[in-house]
Amino acid sequence: MLSDILIALIVLTNFTLVATSRINKAIQVAVIQGVLLGLLPIAMGLWRHPHIVLMVVAAITVKGWLIPYLFRRATRKLKIHREVSPYIGFTASLVLCALGTGLGLLLANSLPLAPGSRFALFVPASLSTLLTGFLLLITRKKALMQVVGYLVLENGIYLFGLMLVEEMPVLVETGILLDLFVGIFVMGIVINHITVAFDSMDTRHLAELKD
Amino acid sequence: MILFGLCAFLVASSGVPGLFLRTRGGLAAAWLMGLGALAGLAAAARALFAGGPSLALLHTPLGTQGYLRLDAVGAFFLVPVLVLPACGSIFALGYWDDRHESARRLRLLFGITTGFLVLLVAAAHALTFLLAWEGMAVTAYLLVMAEDREPVTQKAGWIYLACTHSGTLCLSAAFALAASATGGFLFTPLPMGFAATSRGTATFLLFLAGFGLKAGIFPLHFWLPGAHAAAPSHVSSLMSGILIKMGILGLIRVLCLVPDPPRWWGALVLVLGAVSGLLGVAFALAQHDLKRLLAYHSIENIGIILLGLGLGTLGKSTGHPALQALGYAGALLHVLNHSLFKGLLFLGAGAVVHATGSRDLERMGGLARTMPVTAAAFLAGSWAICGLPPLNGFVSEWLIYLAAFRGLAFPSSSWSVLAIAALATIGALAAACFAKVFGVVFLGQPRSPEAASAAEPPRAMRLPMTILAWACCAIGVAPVLVAPALARAAGAAAGLAGPVDLGGMAHLTTLSFIALPMLTAAALIWVWCRKGPAARTGLPTWDCGFTAAGPRVQYTASSFADGLVSAQRFVLWPKVHWRRIVALFPSQRGYRSEVPDPVLDRCAGPGLARTARGLTGLHFLQGGQLPLYLLYILITLVALLVWMVA
Amino acid sequence: MSDSTLVQSLHILLHILTAVLLPPLIPGLINKVKALMAGRTGPPLLQLYYDLAKLARKQAVFSRTTTWVFLAGPVAVVAAGLVASLLVPFGHAPAPIHFQGDMILFAYLFGVARFATVLSALDTGSSFEGMGAAREVTFSVLTEPALFLGFAALVKVSGSLSLSGMLASPGFAISRATGPLILVLAGWGMVFLTENSRIPVDDPNTHLELTMIHEVMVLDHSGRPLALVLYGASLKLLVLGALIVGPLLPRTSHPWLDWAGFYAGMAVLALAVGLVESATARFRMNRVPQFLVAGLLATAFAFFLLQA
Repeated sequence: MLSDILIALIVLTNFTLVATSRINKAIQVAVIQGVLLGLLPIAMGLWRHPHIVLMVVAAITVKGWLIPYLFRRATRKLKIHREVSPYIGFTASLVLCALGTGLGLLLANSLPLAPGSRFALFVPASLSTLLTGFLLLITRKKALMQVVGYLVLENGIYLFGLMLVEEMPVLVETGILLDLFVGIFVMGIVINHITVAFDSMDTRHLAELKD
Repeated sequence: MILFGLCAFLVASSGVPGLFLRTRGGLAAAWLMGLGALAGLAAAARALFAGGPSLALLHTPLGTQGYLRLDAVGAFFLVPVLVLPACGSIFALGYWDDRHESARRLRLLFGITTGFLVLLVAAAHALTFLLAWEGMAVTAYLLVMAEDREPVTQKAGWIYLACTHSGTLCLSAAFALAASATGGFLFTPLPMGFAATSRGTATFLLFLAGFGLKAGIFPLHFWLPGAHAAAPSHVSSLMSGILIKMGILGLIRVLCLVPDPPRWWGALVLVLGAVSGLLGVAFALAQHDLKRLLAYHSIENIGIILLGLGLGTLGKSTGHPALQALGYAGALLHVLNHSLFKGLLFLGAGAVVHATGSRDLERMGGLARTMPVTAAAFLAGSWAICGLPPLNGFVSEWLIYLAAFRGLAFPSSSWSVLAIAALATIGALAAACFAKVFGVVFLGQPRSPEAASAAEPPRAMRLPMTILAWACCAIGVAPVLVAPALARAAGAAAGLAGPVDLGGMAHLTTLSFIALPMLTAAALIWVWCRKGPAARTGLPTWDCGFTAAGPRVQYTASSFADGLVSAQRFVLWPKVHWRRIVALFPSQRGYRSEVPDPVLDRCAGPGLARTARGLTGLHFLQGGQLPLYLLYILITLVALLVWMVA
Repeated sequence: MSDSTLVQSLHILLHILTAVLLPPLIPGLINKVKALMAGRTGPPLLQLYYDLAKLARKQAVFSRTTTWVFLAGPVAVVAAGLVASLLVPFGHAPAPIHFQGDMILFAYLFGVARFATVLSALDTGSSFEGMGAAREVTFSVLTEPALFLGFAALVKVSGSLSLSGMLASPGFAISRATGPLILVLAGWGMVFLTENSRIPVDDPNTHLELTMIHEVMVLDHSGRPLALVLYGASLKLLVLGALIVGPLLPRTSHPWLDWAGFYAGMAVLALAVGLVESATARFRMNRVPQFLVAGLLATAFAFFLLQA
């Protein structure tokens, strides 16, 4: 039951991310989402396995402290503006996100999971988070918002992996965490370079690199 | 196994001290490589003679088991894998010393490549094999790109990388197919009857393509000439002597694990061998770049090895153990011999390039007088590669001939006679080519000022050439020395438990004793010649009384080869650039001829260019906008999900 | 038994003596035949012996362009020829050295001789000798396969993998292999004429650069090396001739009669060569490859006839 509440909260954060236009708020909501995800194994009742507890601690550290630290470092010299008008307006993004969640629910019914298992809500939640992440990546023009979209994408994959966390070696979850960390780190560097080169975080300038 | 591990560690880390030491890095590398080679040779000797193969289980971090097993075939291949890099690192002391900016990087990569090669010969699990294979390929690419500022080198490196990765792709697919038949990735024999199914055929063809791209079988050879010419000479000797043999090792392992190969497998390998051998040497004749020429000769010798393998496999298919044993023994011995003499020839080419600064045959001449040791070593290498007695090339070709002649008695005799005719023609063409090379480079008068001022290379460069030349002579004059090891390796390749009865089938002892009367007679006759009335020296060549004899009047390399090249023009398609002389008092004219590679320059190059032009019509899909690409990914993902569910 | 070993050692001794002493007689015989056909008296039969003795007393001249490779050429030719003569049976007595696969060594010993000669020709830095060397290697590409295909045919007929078994096999003329055997010998005859630089491939008497192949490669030799060159050429005549004479000899009851038969056969071969040289003219240089291809096809066809 506790896990269901957490999952509902995660889906709410998805909607918030898609609707906001302030970059700072988006980062904070993404961090909250990450911490919620990190707490999810405890809520699922798996605190007996020591390696899972270790993983929870690592996840909360990375998503709650390390990622925000990297964000702060990357944006220290930059002036954070609001997001300029995205390709798809905020209302439309919200509607798309809702549609995506619905699609996730539909697909989840067709995937071969045992009926009545406690993972019933995981699949639609993870698909919804995935789609939210993609939406942010595709429709936002500011590089920082795209990084947030990447973060959300990885959260979605992590959520999916939590379904199998008992059977699989911890390697997979740790891999996702590592992926996330490295991705954010590299993107921080890239954002810095983009701003220095184009004097703006608008990624439309990157199209000038096409030959 | 401890010796083997020690060997691998020592050779792989031979370049590491060079990163820290300022001047003695090369010496440290040579010492480490030599010690590693000794350890490895001891391990190989133990694997060949003292009982069965040694087994080692390694647990890789992925949680699976990676096997290393040094059996007789692997031990036999380990010998050239260790000897050539050791000679190469000694050679590099004089040839590519710390004055070159890339010397440290080169030393490090040289050691790592050798380490991967050492692991490859002992791999007994598909994953270990592929890991070592990829490692070897990538580090070899980095070695080739040692002088990566030149566009020619870059192009050669790219073509090599593309080919080797395509080969790895084929190999991965082939290993997957084989694993589906045996149920695991270990090198266990395939089930009977698998080879005759269509999956078995696909597996064999994929293996042949993958290993063929590495070994340089025609028509998959086109990366060889460019890569060998662009790399430094001791790297070329490593590549030509060992790297391409790893393709042969793979083929031997595959053929060993199939208990009932169909007849067409052996026939296909034999035909590919004949084609590679003939075309390789034909193209070699037409080159005037010294290292490209030697690279084409490597293709020719791979062809000879494949002839032996094909005959052996035909023997296996038709159930004639004598044919099988002789064919495999000849192929294995030719692997060893070719590594030795091709390594020697490339080192000699390196010495020549170092002394004259050019790879062009038409700029050399008369080097035997200023570089006598190099000339003698190169002559030994040329003598061996032409397969002339009493050196080692003859012994391995003799074994393959014997296998073919024995095969005449069996129903597969049409393939045997093809092998005999191909080998005879290859031998004659190789003799023509190396007479041209040695004659134009070392004999006669110098054709350019650089050749006239060439000097003998330093002792560090002469020593490995002398070692390899003596090794060639030793195996040639006394093949009984290698007979026991060869018998065991051939037995392992044929899938037997013990050695084959090589002595009963091929009188290697008699062959050993033939060299004695030959050398004695030659020595006695030489002494008789010298004992005559005192000779007059120092006069110009008589030349039928032609008084204006000079270096420009000598036969050039192109003119020497012209008879054969124009006879084979329907195969070689040479390009000749000259304008006809029509006026009475013509101005300056020039003549230039070249033979571009048929597969690379006439088929693959234009074909790829045409395909690229056709595909530019699809440019509109590349918007240049990042979100567009992400949208593509999302669409694909959703489509996949829907398709999976529906 | 000691009797048979004594007889065997006598055979070996006779073989060695023949190989060392007989060769200069053969060119003498050929030249005599040619002279008689032309209506002249011609040089005496033993002329080459006198020439060799004279050259052995003369001073050798070495050009300053040459190195030790120049001298190694004639030395290798004679050494390889002598060892090859130990491998080939003269008549029906087995050769002193015989083992399975010795025909391959036999062919490659002549490859050694050719390679050494070509290198010594290139050593002089003269364009004439380079030209002769280039032609020599070009034609060898066609003669080697012809030789080997002939060996393959003989192996198939006789079932033996040694020269002594292949050539000394009895009853060739009456077996079913007569047709193929004649083709093989015809092909080998063409190889014989090419390798020994006889008309119609090469004229041993001319010294025009347009027409020479072998003669031009040895232009610069003198003194003892030249003696070796001439002796080596006659040795090649003997050894390759034994290859052709062997299958044609009928087997007699007494081994010494076999030897007499062999000498007679060599004399007949020399006579035939003399007749061919007198009766035909030299081919144009670009007809020579066609001639050699004909020889190659003859031996190949012989093999395929045996295959069927």
